[in-house]
Amino acid sequence: MTDKAAAVRFDPVRARQDFPIFRQPIYGKRLVYLDTAASAQKPRQVIEAIKHCYEAEYANVHRGVYYLSQRASENFEAARETVRSFINAREGREIIFVRGATEAINLVAQTWGRANLTPGDEVLISHIEHHSNIVPWQMLRDQIGCVLRVAPVDDDGALILEEFERLLGPRTRLVAITHMSNALGTITPIAEIIRLAQARGIPVLVDGCQAAPHMDVDVQALGCDFYVFSGHKLYGPSGIGVLYGKAALLEAMPPYQGGGEMIASVTFDKTTFAPIPHKFEAGTPHISGAVGLGAAIDYLRGLDLAAMREHELALMRYASKRLGELNSVRLFGTAADKGAIVSFDVTGIHPHDVGTIIDREGVAVRAGHHCAQPVMDRFNVAATVRASFGLYNTFEDVDALIQGVRRAQEVFAG
Amino acid sequence: MMDIRDLYQEVILDHSRRPRNFGRLADANCEAEGDNPLCGDRVHIYLRIEGDRVTEARFEGRGCAISMASASLMTDMLRGLALDEVRALFQHFHAVVTHGESAEACDWIDLDKLNVLSGVREYPVRIKCATLAWHTMKAALEGKRTPVRTE
Ligand SMILES: Cc1ncc(COP(=O)(O)O)c(C=O)c1O
Repeated sequence: MTDKAAAVRFDPVRARQDFPIFRQPIYGKRLVYLDTAASAQKPRQVIEAIKHCYEAEYANVHRGVYYLSQRASENFEAARETVRSFINAREGREIIFVRGATEAINLVAQTWGRANLTPGDEVLISHIEHHSNIVPWQMLRDQIGCVLRVAPVDDDGALILEEFERLLGPRTRLVAITHMSNALGTITPIAEIIRLAQARGIPVLVDGCQAAPHMDVDVQALGCDFYVFSGHKLYGPSGIGVLYGKAALLEAMPPYQGGGEMIASVTFDKTTFAPIPHKFEAGTPHISGAVGLGAAIDYLRGLDLAAMREHELALMRYASKRLGELNSVRLFGTAADKGAIVSFDVTGIHPHDVGTIIDREGVAVRAGHHCAQPVMDRFNVAATVRASFGLYNTFEDVDALIQGVRRAQEVFAG
Repeated sequence: MMDIRDLYQEVILDHSRRPRNFGRLADANCEAEGDNPLCGDRVHIYLRIEGDRVTEARFEGRGCAISMASASLMTDMLRGLALDEVRALFQHFHAVVTHGESAEACDWIDLDKLNVLSGVREYPVRIKCATLAWHTMKAALEGKRTPVRTE
């Protein structure tokens, strides 16, 4: 499909009106928000769902016999069902609500990992992981003596599949890998990765933080064992996220935290844990967060998702082309298969200086290592500037970015 | 609103492009390392102290224009100062980049140089870029071994 045709079916200017934040100017200028990969802005529909949750249907869940508690419990479980159908999980009990992707990965490391790995066992990750898919495995390594292996990427930032396959050895017990890199935008060949690993009996955890907002995710078609993502990158609230796990795996795993909600019965001698998903949801959950996430998914489903994705990719291609035309701009992450993220630097100007200067033009980008220092090391830079696109961005936003980079070059030219 | 050029003044750009006193100091007897994990800015401060005076100051590092210019300006100013003058200068600098008022009278040195860094006051997230070299220098004087972090 051509970029024009997508634009006909998806109208970002109209979608933008759903997001109250864009009503305010920044430094007197139109807000150009290019940091959706860090966190997405929220549509009115999500904000209102949260407001409604507190104003009309709030109580603790799964506890009270009274009307409001029942309503709150129903809404909370309805959100679980919305998430289930969004990623096409087989059953609702395979959806665990957590604080975010970070907590989901830590949960798997500390429960599944501790129960299943022994010294010398290997966890295979890639060179383009977010710190949250590195550090939990390092902590596990230090606790139980397992080994962390890293599959390399090429100069375009694409995973080298043959190297990945070579690293799948007799001691590999888990593959934990991103679906889409937050620092570079690289989309990994996840279906192939899962096929290669599972052919050897190795389970796969997929970090879907960046993929969930931008790609179709069908966990049954992928066949992955775990899939994690955060609500706040999916136009939902922060503090809520999802761990999907195959029921059989989740059932066999020990619980993560202990407390209320996660038990069937407690005496001082013995506690019987609740069945999944509640076994992994100790304590009062983020009720309005789950409701807000459900509302975000409902909002997305009201859009033409295919056309929206095509639009985001068109923005990425346009930005790459325009940046490539500027003098002294280097692009990082030029894999053939990539999502709506562009990472770059400007010769002679530190990314933070670029970030500060274009911020004054009303353009919000991320400048730094994007919580992926190994990626920066791979490309021999301390930091990059990253522009990431969401459904409310327009071609005009890309033009503002280019204008901002030019301005930074002017300022530094003295 | 400030113009962006109030932050990126010519002196700052000049010092960041051609940092003074850049490179290792072989006979340093006081040194420390600092980093700013948010930006990846990194600086190593080398001082030579004889008696109660700084006789030489140099630095190595990488980072944004603000952090490099600040280190360059600082090392320029330190040379020849007595240690209590260095401490007073640190206080003065801190005031300049945070609220502008300084209780320290530093009439023994030309402070105009420091005022070019006052622009960061308007950019709260960038203040630590300017202060990194200074905190690292202070840590060096205090004999701290663990790297300094500005956060
Ligand atoms: C690819 C990826 N994984 C994991 C995370 C961590 O997500 P959170 O901070 O929401 O737990 C992020 C967010 O920055 C990400 O982009």
